[in-house]
Amino acid sequence: MKIPILYNLRSMRARPVSTALTALGIALVVAVFIGTLALANGFATALVRTGSPTTVLVLRKGADSELSSSINRETASILASMPQAARGTDGRALVSAEVYVVIAAGRIGDTTAMANVVVRGVGPEAWQVRSNVRVAEGRLPASGRNEICLGTKLVGRFPNTGIGQSMHFAGRPWEVVCHFTAGGSAFESEVWGGNEQIMPAMRGEVFQSVSFRLADPAAFEDAKRALEADKRLTVDVHRESEFYAQQSQLLGNILRILAILVTSIMAVGAIFGAVNTMYAAVASRRPEIAVLLTLGFRPGNVLVSFLLESALVATIGGIVGCLLALPLNGLVTSTTNWASFSEIAFAFRITPGLLLAGMAFAVVMGTLGGYFPARQASKIEVVKALR
Amino acid sequence: MKFWTLLRANLGRHKRRTFLTVASVALALFLFASLRTVITTLAAAAQFGSARRLVTTNATGFVLPLPVSYANRLGTVPGIEKVTWANWFGGRYGDGKRFFATFAIDAESYLDLYPEMSVPADQKAAFLQDKGGALIGARLVDLFGWKVGQNVTLQGTIFPGDWTFTVRGVYTPTDPAINDDAMMFHWSYLDERTGREGLAGWYIMQIDRPDNAANVATTIDDQFRSSPFPTKTGTEQAFNASFATMWGNIGLLMNTIGLAVVFAILLVTANAMMMSARERTRELAILKTIGYTDRLLFVLVLAEAGIITVTGAVLGLGAAKALYRATNFNGGGFLPGFDVTWATMAAGAAITLLLMLGSGIIPAAQAARLPVVTALRNVE
Repeated sequence: MKIPILYNLRSMRARPVSTALTALGIALVVAVFIGTLALANGFATALVRTGSPTTVLVLRKGADSELSSSINRETASILASMPQAARGTDGRALVSAEVYVVIAAGRIGDTTAMANVVVRGVGPEAWQVRSNVRVAEGRLPASGRNEICLGTKLVGRFPNTGIGQSMHFAGRPWEVVCHFTAGGSAFESEVWGGNEQIMPAMRGEVFQSVSFRLADPAAFEDAKRALEADKRLTVDVHRESEFYAQQSQLLGNILRILAILVTSIMAVGAIFGAVNTMYAAVASRRPEIAVLLTLGFRPGNVLVSFLLESALVATIGGIVGCLLALPLNGLVTSTTNWASFSEIAFAFRITPGLLLAGMAFAVVMGTLGGYFPARQASKIEVVKALR
Repeated sequence: MKFWTLLRANLGRHKRRTFLTVASVALALFLFASLRTVITTLAAAAQFGSARRLVTTNATGFVLPLPVSYANRLGTVPGIEKVTWANWFGGRYGDGKRFFATFAIDAESYLDLYPEMSVPADQKAAFLQDKGGALIGARLVDLFGWKVGQNVTLQGTIFPGDWTFTVRGVYTPTDPAINDDAMMFHWSYLDERTGREGLAGWYIMQIDRPDNAANVATTIDDQFRSSPFPTKTGTEQAFNASFATMWGNIGLLMNTIGLAVVFAILLVTANAMMMSARERTRELAILKTIGYTDRLLFVLVLAEAGIITVTGAVLGLGAAKALYRATNFNGGGFLPGFDVTWATMAAGAAITLLLMLGSGIIPAAQAARLPVVTALRNVE
């Protein structure tokens, strides 16, 4: 026969301070757990979303980032006429040869603190190659002019980012003609301009990468094989989504390890708290437990009942923890993507799955913390306890 | 001290509870010290840099190079005593899982400017003589078991191909903020293999007087302002600090987590102290009837909280201090010189005091105010 759960609820209410302190301890652990993982999540998402599985990124053989790659004009023109590339509405191949540099830009408010910002010189087709890029405001840069389009995450964080204003870098002014969004990806932290304007201003006669949209999304392996076998080319062919996911690995792993390390140490502390509380609860209710046993409840029922009580306290903690962490969702922060030495802005990302993981974590803490006290309760000797 | 027996008896009554509470406090302070040390280590890296060294980079962005011909022109700027330059060499070793920094340096002048990199005289001479030689940090010896005289092959990521160097020397930094897991080789070797482009990544200069830094920096930047490669010059410290700011608000993150940890443990200890005090209501009343004063009971309960938190703190802070030093931890190269500072230990001690007061003061006050008659009336 099961002991009614009402018994546990009433017992919890009988010692509100202990219950609240234990629950709050668990709540804090859950909040930190969710918060740190939401940070890691947000960062990874920003980079993973940057790449699309139907876009192909071509780098020089051996290059591990766009920054360290170089593609000469000859290679770029061979790549521009690939049969594997999709065609736009005007019939032109959706291929973009790109220049990739990192420039120093002063921040708003503190001009001495410099941040590194990615400047990407793109081909005219780039806006169609990347299906997630949308112009939010203004018009596309005109070809042949020193005009740029800014990712929305740059706007307001750096000076002169409004439409009609001019940013100054590489020894000349660049007029801002539009702002673009890119589905929360790292592109939103970049400056885009025409590759023929950016190239001479920066690193001379060389591109860093070539991107193209696959005509047949399933034909990536074929395209990769064809290009890497081409004797005229010395290139590595990456699926864009995989490339950016791999770029996020280093920092993503650091954040994840930090989250797990910190929360597991905290969790041990919170479990100790639950253990203490439950032992005290068992000790102060010895006569009660003895009565339950004389009434015919089995020791197993008592064990389950106390485990349930501990898990209940933890569940309350878990819910409070989720509520504490929720306001973080969407909060924008920035850090450096060490793979490109440039700053990327991203938002904390709390997913339903993460909240569920937090709740599960809370219940596990409660059950672990409740097990030994519950076992003790089930082994009480009735005669002694009732004396 | 005559109350020691009483305190010990009380702490020993629930051995498990005392142990668990002490362990929670120890874990909390260990975590606090670790998180705090991440911040202090990054701050120390930002502070590092001789006041007599300037760094010149390409004004457009530090990833863009400068002509190596600037070396001679920089040498003639008044106030500059020595000039050297270096290039970032993106290299991968083995499966690339363990990354380390590799630089191409103008060896003789570079080592001259960095006396903090200590190299045995014979190894230094051997490195300077061998054009294909490399100088490695002491940690790389531990990590990969490389020996002096051994050949090491890296895959170039910026400069393609296999690059084989002979390890000629091992340096040990005398300043903990300098990475001990970097590898350096001759700039001339890089330049030769890449077709003599004559490009330097950045310049480092030694100036005669630290207070002259701003002047010299302005002179340099003015001189190259209208050239095809304008420069940006600042102190080495400012250069390092700009890298440290790239971590973003990591300090805020660490502090927030640290605060949450300490608060969570405060709840655990406070709960444990209250439970102990509640169970002992009757005893406290008896102690009062046999002549213990309110004040004495207050002190005794607080002392019990004190013993628990201080023991936990000594264990947690001590473990943090000893562990990181013993394991030579450096955060995968991102946190060189990771060591719990004495300021962090002091902050930990302050938190311990807060934990003691926070967890002990309510039970202590309750014990002191306990009305004897009501407490004894409830005897079973």
